[in-house]
Amino acid sequence: MSRRYDSRTTIFSPEGRLYQVEYALEAISHAGTALGILAKDGIVLAAERKVTSKLLEQDTSAEKLYTINDNMICAVAGMNADANILINYARQNAQRYLLTYNEDIPCEQLVRRLCDLKQGYTQHGGLRPFGVSFIYAGYDHLRQFQLYQSNPSGNYGGWKATSVGANNASAQSLLKQDYKEDCDLKEACAMAVKVLSKTMDSTKLSSEKIEFATVGKTKDGKIYHHLWTADEIDNLLREQGLAKVDDEPEAGDIK
Amino acid sequence: MAFSEDSGCGYQNFNFFLAEKKSAKAVADSACSWPGAPGVKLTARRSSLDHYFPSEVLLGIAGKDFVILAASKAAMRGPTVLKAEDDKTRQLNKNTVMAFSGESGDTVQFAEYIQANAALYSMRNDTELSPAAVANFVRGELARSLRSRSPYTVNLLLGGIDPVSEKPHLYWIDYLASLAPLPYAAHGYAQYYCLSILDKHHNPNISLEEGLKLLGLCTDELKRRLPIDYKGVLVKVITKDGVQEIPFDNDKIVRSA
Repeated sequence: MSRRYDSRTTIFSPEGRLYQVEYALEAISHAGTALGILAKDGIVLAAERKVTSKLLEQDTSAEKLYTINDNMICAVAGMNADANILINYARQNAQRYLLTYNEDIPCEQLVRRLCDLKQGYTQHGGLRPFGVSFIYAGYDHLRQFQLYQSNPSGNYGGWKATSVGANNASAQSLLKQDYKEDCDLKEACAMAVKVLSKTMDSTKLSSEKIEFATVGKTKDGKIYHHLWTADEIDNLLREQGLAKVDDEPEAGDIK
Repeated sequence: MAFSEDSGCGYQNFNFFLAEKKSAKAVADSACSWPGAPGVKLTARRSSLDHYFPSEVLLGIAGKDFVILAASKAAMRGPTVLKAEDDKTRQLNKNTVMAFSGESGDTVQFAEYIQANAALYSMRNDTELSPAAVANFVRGELARSLRSRSPYTVNLLLGGIDPVSEKPHLYWIDYLASLAPLPYAAHGYAQYYCLSILDKHHNPNISLEEGLKLLGLCTDELKRRLPIDYKGVLVKVITKDGVQEIPFDNDKIVRSA
């Protein structure tokens, strides 16, 4: 009888909960950490890449950070297959808005459209909710730089600094401790690697284990977003003294 | 970048002289068609243009911090004036107004459709569309309509102040879904009489007072040259504070040369 209320997504339990949604949230809390920090002149997103096997081709493209349009990017925590559906949906919506109004979609509107879709899966029967949380970083001329987070229930909120995935509670409290109002992008990047290094299992980081992206403004006022290359990430790690020494074998590595 | 629905986007291929652009088609259509009539026939429904007058006047002038839209007050059917106090404008949101001319019925239907969509957007998103966004939306709707079984035959001027930059914007849009951002604009026969005056006297930094004076020069010329009494113009001014109807002296008598 314990399966009475959790086999269907759309049935409330006697305590008024939706178990399938809570299970989806649980699935996400096992995924690699992703975090975002809002600075006065930009936003940084950072994510932990789970290296599953030595044999796996380390391809150069990102697996947790995606661009949505010219002024928005997002970080994913959870099931990648589900995320692909939502990212495709977000990109299509962003382009459709651009086609209709010849203007980029305001960030919150796009987040809301995605969340409307996610919400639908918590209400319509016979379907499973999307097992993904997102952190969105973007810019629009109405509200400048913005950072949002959304989860499988279809809830979203705007944040100054936030995290999702494994250890997100400890990441969140570290961010709360370290966050400074009106910090700049450089300080935010430093804070991001610092927090990530503390929440990840291995103490020494490398560009193989994390992904990094920033949204900012160029000197002539244009918005850019940038997925960092391995070299750029390693440089930052070295600056912060968090880089792995090359020949030091890590626990669990088969040499 | 946006994928443009039409091959010829209005920005690049804007041709000011409608008569030339469409004359070949107009001649082919029928001999009774008015020369340069914006509403050259499109479908069987519009087989007769006898009742269609392009003598409706639409004028737009953008200045330093305002946009003036003027629309003739005569509602006509063929040579008959049905009404002398017609309002050919609709306010789309706090800072955008649209003036329209063309097939009667189509005009109000289309304008209010756009008005409703702008209102829906404001309600859903707690923000207003910028004039540029509305203009592109209108263009899209006209382009869609043009390729349907019964297209709208509506020409528009759209004026507004961008709520963020507080800069004035004026757009010229025709029923073929051409869109052009312009400092001053006119539709119908008013083009032939007023554009030269505006060419000479307009500059982007004029004040509202100068703008209204310039409008006066245009209406004087229309009275002097147009063989039809368009019953004066209704004048709306858009500034950062909103939209206002401005009292305008339509009773001035101008003698033809």
